Amino acid sequence: MEYMLLIHADPVGFAALSEADAAAAMTAYTAYTEALTKAGLIRGSNRLKPADMSTTVRVRGGKTEVLDGPFIETREQLGGYFLIDVPDLDAALSWAARCPGASHGTVEVRPVWDMSRE
Amino acid sequence: MTPANAAEQAARRSYGRLVAYLSARSRDVAGAEDALADAFEAALARWPLDGVPANPEAWLLTVARRKTIDALRGRRRGEEAAAWLEWLAALETPADTVALPDRRLELMFACAHPAIDAAVRAPLMLQAVLGFDAATIAAAFLVAPAAMSQRLVRAKAKIREARIGLQLPGHAELGERLAAVLSAIYAVYADAWTDAAGTDPRRRELAGEAIWLARLVASLLPQEPEALGLLALMLYSHARRAARRDAAGVYVPLSEQDPALWERALIDEAEGLLHLAASHGRPGRYQLEAAVQSAQLEGRRRGRVDWVAIEQLYAALCALTGSPVAALNHAVALSQAGDAAAGLARLDALQAELGGYQPYWAARAELLGRGGRHADAREACERAITLEADEAVRQFLRRRAAAWG
Repeated sequence: MEYMLLIHADPVGFAALSEADAAAAMTAYTAYTEALTKAGLIRGSNRLKPADMSTTVRVRGGKTEVLDGPFIETREQLGGYFLIDVPDLDAALSWAARCPGASHGTVEVRPVWDMSRE
Repeated sequence: MTPANAAEQAARRSYGRLVAYLSARSRDVAGAEDALADAFEAALARWPLDGVPANPEAWLLTVARRKTIDALRGRRRGEEAAAWLEWLAALETPADTVALPDRRLELMFACAHPAIDAAVRAPLMLQAVLGFDAATIAAAFLVAPAAMSQRLVRAKAKIREARIGLQLPGHAELGERLAAVLSAIYAVYADAWTDAAGTDPRRRELAGEAIWLARLVASLLPQEPEALGLLALMLYSHARRAARRDAAGVYVPLSEQDPALWERALIDEAEGLLHLAASHGRPGRYQLEAAVQSAQLEGRRRGRVDWVAIEQLYAALCALTGSPVAALNHAVALSQAGDAAAGLARLDALQAELGGYQPYWAARAELLGRGGRHADAREACERAITLEADEAVRQFLRRRAAAWG
């Protein structure tokens, strides 16, 4: 079953890290990605640019509205994700706990809707 | 227990076994409940009259299968039918139902999973493992039936949709996960006692059901001392239920209860469990609380309570849990053990946290009264009375206040 690990973190905190600490954090993410890959569980992963780079779009009454900024303004932002395929929630939770994002932010574990079974 | 009660209990036990067995295969607790609902209802109606069948699980499976076939016949072809067909296959009676694997412990771990809202864990266990309906559970937990029903539906959907596994946690997680299971069972028991007068039979029965759940966990995990500790704690408390009210229905505190009214067999069983638990050398919250009960009861029977020992047990409990209620009990024990000033000082420090808690003011009144500060004691006792909802306890507190008058 697929789960999306959504990493919510404060980008200000990351930006304030020293060069060495930032490099260590990146290394931790690389090692984590490698561990997931070796276990054959990873289905996709990306780091997102900060939310102040976001633009939101919605269509209302046939008119496209484009706005600068994220959908929801919060201190902790969605900063990246891992899409993994594991047997059950406990396995997903244990991988989420190993994600470096869990130590500096919060990882939300969301089951993916399997549309092929609907 | 009447034969009708025994038959109802047998139906609940078999139902829980089957819900657990079917959920473990399908990961769908709500689906398993639905598949068994009609059969369970039939068992609740018929077993008290006809007697419990020789093989209760096979009886329930056979009826559930027949009801599923009826439901299928009444349906048109389509997606719905596919789901019913799957259940039909799942309901196939195994060749040997006596050897049907008991997955109730796994089901309890799923109900008390950290991904399930803590407030719904105890209700969920009562429904999935014992087959109580949402209305009964709602009445016990003083929640509106619609709200309770909604919470239960949501929790079961989460087990299915987020795929919470019906399996025992690994060794590294077992301690923490077991604590959540035990805490939910204790919540069932504690909740039953909030109706201490026992006027609501639905809630009174819950205490017995909580003990049954604790027995089940203790029998399936005998190497876990806290599981034994919780069962011991509840048995000590349950053994004294007849002594908690006098003939007029007024609350009787432990120090004034008649030990002749205590149920000796339950206390002996609790003592045995506590000894077995202690032999593991891994103390915990429930073992310590049970040990306090043991010391209190033993002291009452001998006519001399060892307050120094009780003070030490509460000190250990405070260090372990950091609970303000444990600290309150520790303050009382300190005072009883001879250090009245230390006890009162400890109470002063707790006032900000426990100022809205009836037992805090009742304990404060006792300590002040014992120190000769009768006017202050009466005032604290009146605070306690305003915070107490149970008339039997209020009556007891009024008597205490009058004694300091």
